[in-house]
Amino acid sequence: MNILLLLAPFSVVLGLIAVAAFVWTLRAGQYDDISGSAERILLDEADPLPTPTDPKSPPT
Amino acid sequence: MTLDTAVGRDMSAFVRRRDDGRGRLDLLVTGARCAGCIAKIEREVSTIPGVASARLNLSSGRLAIDVSDQAIDPDRVVQTLVGLGYQATPYDPATALQQRDREGNRLILALAVAGFGAMNAMMFSVPLWAGLFDQELGSATRAMMMWMSAAVGAPCAIFAGRTFFESAWRSLRAGRANMDVPISVGVILTLAISFSETILNGRDAYFDAAVSLLFLLLIGRWMDHKLKAGARSAAGDLLALQATSACLVDASGRERSVPLSDVASGDLIRIRPGDRIPVDATLVRGEAVLDNSLLTGESAPVPVPVGGLCRAGAVNLSGLLTLRAEAGSDDSTLAAIARLIEAGTQSRSRYVRLADRAAALYVPVVHLAALLTFAGGWALGLDPREAIIRAVAVLIVTCPCALGLAVPAVQIVASSRLFRRGVLVKSGAALERLAEVDHVVFDKTGVLTEGRPIVIETPMSVILLAAPLARASNHPMAKAVARTAGPGETATEVVERVGLGVEGLIDGRRARLGRAAFVGVPTVRSSETELWFGFDDGPKVRLRFSDAPRSDAAQTVAALRARGLTVEILSGDQPKVVEAVAGSVGVPTWRGGLLPEEKAAVIDTLTAAGRKVLMVGDGLNDAPALARAHAGIAPGSAIEASQNAADLVLTHEGLMGVIEAIDVARAARSRALENFGFAALYNLIAAPAAMIGLVNPFVAALAMSGSSLVVTLNALRLRGSR
Repeated sequence: MNILLLLAPFSVVLGLIAVAAFVWTLRAGQYDDISGSAERILLDEADPLPTPTDPKSPPT
Repeated sequence: MTLDTAVGRDMSAFVRRRDDGRGRLDLLVTGARCAGCIAKIEREVSTIPGVASARLNLSSGRLAIDVSDQAIDPDRVVQTLVGLGYQATPYDPATALQQRDREGNRLILALAVAGFGAMNAMMFSVPLWAGLFDQELGSATRAMMMWMSAAVGAPCAIFAGRTFFESAWRSLRAGRANMDVPISVGVILTLAISFSETILNGRDAYFDAAVSLLFLLLIGRWMDHKLKAGARSAAGDLLALQATSACLVDASGRERSVPLSDVASGDLIRIRPGDRIPVDATLVRGEAVLDNSLLTGESAPVPVPVGGLCRAGAVNLSGLLTLRAEAGSDDSTLAAIARLIEAGTQSRSRYVRLADRAAALYVPVVHLAALLTFAGGWALGLDPREAIIRAVAVLIVTCPCALGLAVPAVQIVASSRLFRRGVLVKSGAALERLAEVDHVVFDKTGVLTEGRPIVIETPMSVILLAAPLARASNHPMAKAVARTAGPGETATEVVERVGLGVEGLIDGRRARLGRAAFVGVPTVRSSETELWFGFDDGPKVRLRFSDAPRSDAAQTVAALRARGLTVEILSGDQPKVVEAVAGSVGVPTWRGGLLPEEKAAVIDTLTAAGRKVLMVGDGLNDAPALARAHAGIAPGSAIEASQNAADLVLTHEGLMGVIEAIDVARAARSRALENFGFAALYNLIAAPAAMIGLVNPFVAALAMSGSSLVVTLNALRLRGSR
């Protein structure tokens, strides 16, 4: 049963990593436009996000 | 809706400079709904020279544009969007409630930590529960599991509970006890007992229960916050669309569009036909005929001479006007009315919310039960330690989860349903108050009526004859003619004479549309509610205009009465006009010629007589009454002050939203009461079970999540068909 001493803290650390990841997604603004993200997946363009270096994204 | 798209002006003031030489422009876009819209808008806007990138937020309708070239003309962007079929207006994010949602972020973080704590503390609880059912569990392993559970659960509970502890502390210091006091007492007691049991190597530890209790309560808190914050930003967007900018004339005579807050006393402003006057101002040039209906409720237009005062909120019905601002936007006519609203809102904040009323009943009962369990148990010969554990078990199983979730869950479902139907709910309390309403007071102009002129008593042949000229004009009455006639050809060589009318060629014949004298009818005294039309060589005919009732006004009134509500009209307009409208929509009680404070006084009298009044109004003259009434609804076309004073805003055209709102509010109320009933029933079973020691941590965890689930599912029944 000594393995518990290793596994139990390890699982808590995994949980903490999940919380940190969630906080990161929150800070990064990934929940700012939930319905927009749901629709963007339908866009056919390879890169639907117009980047500053390539202002003219290719037409559909 | 009378949204004025800012087209054809210099709006470069809305491009904000950044340090790296680039700029940023924010636009509010309405009408975008799908992936196609996103692709179309972003692609087209990105191809405009000077635009580096564009990104549309579909949830909020905000289009953020990175500008590489400072000289870009925002108007070009707006025109592009209008060409694509979307309305767009630039706005200043600083003023449009764009501050980061600190409270919301704090709640989300607490929620994440509580969720983590609940799951991980429970992971260590599962072996303990297994031990409860006579599974093999060595005492050393048991102790370790309890300590691990404590190590994870307690810090999480303390962190996630901060919101509740702080609020409870604040309310205790103010000498009151709110809902957060029993929650804090419960959590702290539970943690303390669980620690002492863990140290004494006892049987039960409730760390997982304490954290999951906080997790469930935080969900309710967060939903309540989301409802308020979402409605605030949506209401802000609505207003940002309505009165974003004023058209300033600088020394060189160039027109420049600036955010409303930048207008200072003494500035020259230009008002186009159909535009709203942004601040109190005196007329410098032009012949002003103003629609004061939002200010006074009077539907007949008022002429203003040069040098006369034009009040903020009035709409320009005549030609191009030049005004000199008499006051900044902060201290216009609106200020006096704002004080009246303030007074009304304070009286409304005395309303005690449903959950708080339930808590007032629930808290003493539960705490007394816990105390009795301890005292009774001890007196009946139980070990004091066992008696305390039972008392805490009572506190835990009767946790106010259902109370904390019951109302917010119902209200967030109700308001999202109403949002889809074009009704914006500003707070959960508003829905509760709306459900209690038994008397509805309507304003006339702009609420029961369209609030814009339409052609009456004029043969269609005359309207079609005048239509080609009308289509060329921007005047509201001409627009009404063009609207009635539908699309068709436009007159040529059109000249618009400010304050008089338009003239032009229809099929080669010279024709005029405008005031009697302009068209050439010398003998008749021209009133503000009519236009004359005639070919120069032909007979002249009269077109009459009136502010007619909305098509669904009578239907709405009938539906309200069918629901057992009494209906009344309070208007600032002439009694004769009010009577006509009251007759046509079927309202027997009405009053006309009322001042804003008289309207509020009528509401007060009704309230004193024990009626729960719903006020539906749009004008500045309605704002005090809206704030004073038990509940207030404003159409989306209403002036800023009224939208702020109202609890609900109708974002779609038409009045049927009022019925929908009342129906949903009543359904929400009964769902919430059902939830309370369920919570009471559950507590009636759980509390005695805890008293006689039948409850262990496993049962507590099951009961808590089970009751929350039932309450949430019941709330979801409100969702209705899409």
